[in-house]
Amino acid sequence: MDYLALASIFCAAFAVAFGALGPALAEGRAVAAAMDAIARQPEAANTISRTLFVGLGMIETTAIYCAVIALLLLFANPLLA
Amino acid sequence: MNSPLASNVLFYIGPVPISQAIVTTWAIMALLVLGAFALTRGLSLHPTRRQAAMELIVTTMDTQIRETTGAEPAAYRGFIGTLFVFILFANWASLVPGVEPPTAKLETDAALAILVFLSVIWFGVRGAGVLGYLKSFAAPNPIMIPLNMLESVTRVFSMFVRLFGNVMSGVFVIGIVASLAGLLVPIPLMALDLLTGLVQAYIFAVLAMVFIAATVEDGQTPTQKET
Repeated sequence: MDYLALASIFCAAFAVAFGALGPALAEGRAVAAAMDAIARQPEAANTISRTLFVGLGMIETTAIYCAVIALLLLFANPLLA
Repeated sequence: MNSPLASNVLFYIGPVPISQAIVTTWAIMALLVLGAFALTRGLSLHPTRRQAAMELIVTTMDTQIRETTGAEPAAYRGFIGTLFVFILFANWASLVPGVEPPTAKLETDAALAILVFLSVIWFGVRGAGVLGYLKSFAAPNPIMIPLNMLESVTRVFSMFVRLFGNVMSGVFVIGIVASLAGLLVPIPLMALDLLTGLVQAYIFAVLAMVFIAATVEDGQTPTQKET
């Protein structure tokens, strides 16, 4: 196995590991803030949770990007073709 | 292990390869069209139980559109509602054994995202005129024109990658776990996948609605906004 394949596999794992770090922290903060808001204003729970879900989807996208990059490295790597 | 980026071709119609995702997509489309046709026969002012259930779904969609954007839902109900229902059915197609959700393949998501891109232009021009649509790029001020033009492409691209990534990763993880641990272990992951599918369908529809409404609002002149 030459070094390009090794580097690709290592970078794929690296991308997922560090790419999941930021979104995980961000989602934790978002959910904590939403919980706080719902505790203060239970009657607005519908609006808050709807906005929360959309926001979580947006945050999650960054982690998904990393996963897609990792899959590109593993399955569609132009250097290994 | 099969690459999640490749699509498996089932057969050819002339030179056109027909993949499994396309067959599933057409099956879902046929199901939705026939279902909608069959369920809206014989509508009456005194709704039957079936009609009441359908009206409940439509009213819920109207409420969601009105609450997220403040726009009147009548013009957008058809497009946004169909988008939501189609993606939901596509994401939950994995419930049928042997069927892979078509949204786990790049081409279906790309088609949906292009649809959203075109519909932003269509609704923007229809709601605010051609000049109004072009003016929406200059909101909030003309310095933002290059950024807004870039954004109109990148936001659609991110919708496409988001839907693909979420559904595909669900299918992929279930595949890996099933190959490792067999019979009952993947079931909780499948349940999580159903939730993800619902949330992603909702997010896709809501974001499409938000983009359309923002374009229409930016394009309108201040006097039109007041009325």
